[in-house]
Amino acid sequence: MSTSVISAPKPQKPWRPRPSSLVPNYLGVLVILLGVWAAIEWTGLAGKLGAFASAVALTTVVSAVISGMQRGKQAAKNSAVASLITSGAILALFPVVSILGTVLVRGIDGIYVGFFTTDMGLASVNDPLNVGGILHAIVGTALMILIATLVSVPLGVSTAIYLTEIRGPGTRLIRFLVQAMSGVPSIVAGLFIYSALIAGSGRGFNGLFGAFALAILMLPTVARTAEEVLLLIGEDLREAGLALGATQWRTVAMVVVPAAKSGLITAVILGIARIAGETAPLLFTTGGGDTTNLNPVNGVMGSLPFAIWKALISGSAESNARAWASILVLLILVMVLFFSARRLGKVRR
Amino acid sequence: MAENVKPSSLASIAAAHTRTPGKSALGTGLEARGVHAWFGKNHVLSDISLDFAAGTVTALIGPSGCGKSTFIRTLNRMHEFIPTAAMAGEVLLDGKDIYASGVDVTKIRLKIGMVFQKPNPFPSMTIGENVLSGLKLAQLKQSNKDELMEECLVRAGLWNEVKDRLSAHGGSLSGGQQQRLCIARSLAVNPQVLLMDEPCSALDPGSTLRIEETIRELSETMTIIIVTHNMQQAARISDYTAFFLADGHPGLMVESGPTSEIFSNPKDKRTENYVTGRFG
Repeated sequence: MSTSVISAPKPQKPWRPRPSSLVPNYLGVLVILLGVWAAIEWTGLAGKLGAFASAVALTTVVSAVISGMQRGKQAAKNSAVASLITSGAILALFPVVSILGTVLVRGIDGIYVGFFTTDMGLASVNDPLNVGGILHAIVGTALMILIATLVSVPLGVSTAIYLTEIRGPGTRLIRFLVQAMSGVPSIVAGLFIYSALIAGSGRGFNGLFGAFALAILMLPTVARTAEEVLLLIGEDLREAGLALGATQWRTVAMVVVPAAKSGLITAVILGIARIAGETAPLLFTTGGGDTTNLNPVNGVMGSLPFAIWKALISGSAESNARAWASILVLLILVMVLFFSARRLGKVRR
Repeated sequence: MAENVKPSSLASIAAAHTRTPGKSALGTGLEARGVHAWFGKNHVLSDISLDFAAGTVTALIGPSGCGKSTFIRTLNRMHEFIPTAAMAGEVLLDGKDIYASGVDVTKIRLKIGMVFQKPNPFPSMTIGENVLSGLKLAQLKQSNKDELMEECLVRAGLWNEVKDRLSAHGGSLSGGQQQRLCIARSLAVNPQVLLMDEPCSALDPGSTLRIEETIRELSETMTIIIVTHNMQQAARISDYTAFFLADGHPGLMVESGPTSEIFSNPKDKRTENYVTGRFG
């Protein structure tokens, strides 16, 4: 072995607490668990919520006491506030996790291969779960999202370019109107299309009208997100383009928009996620058919939200299960869109 | 910064490279006549008249906020990019006022290029695309693009460092390399005049030296006007120097002349105080 007295240093993490110093924390956890049990047993508190409430109170007190004994009054306050804030964050997660869990548990029964390849045209609400599906709704939602995107993305992105690049007359008014538009209740968008294009015109419900109603909702989301993304592009890049003898149009098209590309894609995906689950605008515009309809300008068209609504109000056990399965499909669709928006948003050089 | 540098040492640096200006092949240069500038009601620049002979390097020095940057932005009409901006006076390129009505501003900016303080390569483009971006942006025709790209990168002193990765993104370069890329980008549209707004202020001394060499080489073929806070840099690279000062009033030009004169024998007391590092 080495004859040297001084041994080479080993990598250590001296900032980590030693096991012995964690003993009070373990005792604290024990006190909290006992306290929660006691609170449920001997007081009026009951159920999950009661357990959570007593755990929050006890954790705040116990962590404050432990920190206070070890490091004084300021540390006690710090621990108490940290416990409360953490509890708040956990409380906010409850409904989200609960919704996801419920939808998964209830929806999984209705999922089978045919669910995605057949529609409800020949199946009745009381048919068993291995008959019928939501192909009509998936096709309808996809077609309407596609049309709404084709309408609202060019309009939304040009609005954003007007607000950030041209900054012409009415910039503030337009910005205000776009913000106000994002607060329009979705049922109003549906009623607007209904009264403007359908009522009294002799025209029937169809997918195109539904897509128009969705486009009204998607437009402000796309415009506002795209505006924020374009504002992130530094003024220096615009100046560099102009200083090379480019017109403003060439600078925007070749420098500003390419630099903001990933952000603009995020804007589009966020807009799609915004409208994918909308039900109200489709009630007055699409008619919500049960057969697969590929023609957006002729005949009623189904959609996922409409199919969910229809299956839930028909009341049979089978249609209830179908509704939950459809909710699961819709939720997965929206989550995939959100995650891809986040991924694309992050890939910034 | 050149705090407490003796004027004689700066003057000797400047005297080491005295040149005779005026190369007729490069046009008759750029001329500012009675230029004023405003932002809103704020009068920031007052009555600047200055000649930039073709093929010379002119340094604009002076404390922060004295209007140097505003002045060079009036020289290629980038000043008007700011909504509240206004100006008065004339700027003559080869004897013609660039502010005359009917003048196409994009043509002016093609002839009078600009390099900014912060390196700003286009992030969505590769190194090669960045160099040639001016051709695309201004829709100029060019037959042998590869040749031009190499020539511009060689002149900007960057070719050896990037020749093997022309398809990498501009953002992958160091700050000094990015700034030389921006210089190469300006050269590709073949400007008569190159304006440089503190091009080295964000760079380390090594990169600064490279860019100074680049400037000396470029001045063989074009007129260069450079704003700098570094007086040693002004002494090293410029033929002429103009000293600007604001001092509570609109910025004005205190004195201009051959660089060796300004640093060895300034006529105005304020210039002397500034170049000897007594203030600013």
